[in-house]
Amino acid sequence: MSDTTASTTAAHAGKAPVAVDHPLSMEELAAMIARDIPAGAFVNLGIGQPTKIADHLPPELGVVLHTENGMLGMGPKAEGAEIDPDLTNAGKVPVTELAGAAYFHHADSFAMMRGGHLDICVLGAYQVSEHGDLANWHTGKPDDIPAVGGAMDLAIGAKDTYVMMTLFTKSRAPKLVPKCTYPLTGVGCVSRVYTEVATFDLRPDGVHVLETYGTTIEELRSRLDVELH
Amino acid sequence: MSRATVLESTDEAVAGIEDGSTVLVGGFGLAGMPFDLIDALIRQGAKDLTIVSNNAGNGDVGLAALLAAGRVRKVLCSFPRQVDSYVFDALYREGKVELEVVPQGNLAERMRAAGAGIGAFYCPTAVGTPLAEGKEVRTIDGRDYLLEYPIHGDYALISAHRADPMGNLVYRKTARNFGPVMAAAATTTIVQVDEVVPLGGLAPEAVVTPSVYVDRIVAVKARHYTVQGAR
Repeated sequence: MSDTTASTTAAHAGKAPVAVDHPLSMEELAAMIARDIPAGAFVNLGIGQPTKIADHLPPELGVVLHTENGMLGMGPKAEGAEIDPDLTNAGKVPVTELAGAAYFHHADSFAMMRGGHLDICVLGAYQVSEHGDLANWHTGKPDDIPAVGGAMDLAIGAKDTYVMMTLFTKSRAPKLVPKCTYPLTGVGCVSRVYTEVATFDLRPDGVHVLETYGTTIEELRSRLDVELH
Repeated sequence: MSRATVLESTDEAVAGIEDGSTVLVGGFGLAGMPFDLIDALIRQGAKDLTIVSNNAGNGDVGLAALLAAGRVRKVLCSFPRQVDSYVFDALYREGKVELEVVPQGNLAERMRAAGAGIGAFYCPTAVGTPLAEGKEVRTIDGRDYLLEYPIHGDYALISAHRADPMGNLVYRKTARNFGPVMAAAATTTIVQVDEVVPLGGLAPEAVVTPSVYVDRIVAVKARHYTVQGAR
């Protein structure tokens, strides 16, 4: 992919607006994100919810999945006799390899990420700021053992970093915020936020609402502390 | 560096590891974890070790067993906290082991730098985060980077799929993970393999870790692990 920023935006703009009158389930949200991944893209799907996106990428789209523990061309989760302890994804779940896969060591794996060779990375988040700051590695609670894994490398590496999350916490606090209160994973790295009630583009001139699902921009404005365009 | 030696036992392979050594331990979770070498290291008795590895042990085996035996002073890793990292979690909360959390890509690149003779490097990972504290920031072409130093090991314990008697290595699938960078970053690299093939048995075009990085090789009988935790 030579110009993914343009192509992903075009891919999104080219689709008809989705008329959805209810908040999306996580499965529907995964499908919504998959819809915006361009054919032939090199993509890293973060541990947790983002892995569901793979189920919605048709093989003919030719999207190549990267797993940071050292593989391009990752296939679906391994079942039964396919399970091989030497072949796992970044979440340490046994997976399969597709024809055309390649293995490489960790320094190469993160070099291809940090070097801007991957088009899209989709990550979960505790919070995203309106300027694209990401908090997804540490709750900051004093008794929590910090564990970062590849989160900081992934956040700043791909050409586009997307976030997949619920827009509100269980206690109904917004997770798209003016400034993150959780410890940061990366600064200004997120370009798009997919949530169950709306998709947001984070642009230099502010936060743009691309789509809403079962809500309205007015309602979102009343519940978020960030300005919405 | 002299030629690699093929040894008969894992106990011979880990002989001489001194108290206070920095030991790079391969593996990502269980894939590529050199279980037999770690078991031998526990028997060997070296203590006050600094361990560099992606995780801080799973279940009661491998690194978790080394930690439980009280041999580890400090862990440098990217992801200590896992569903089955209870051995490390308890030691850490009791203040019995130090922890330095390093982003996974930096962990790999810092070892790569050590093996490649790089004095330090500027890296954009972790800029503006709590893990940037105390690090020099340099702006290059309008982007901020942190100064990162190499991680050298006194020893590396890694696993590979096959070796030849020269010490050339090939790996299997994602079990390759940290093996190649750790092999180059350590003064003495010790490798457990499934099989030592005769000289000429590895295609030179397919060698992943060239022999110059490898010091000791031992073939182990069987893979001791399944997928998560079991052994």
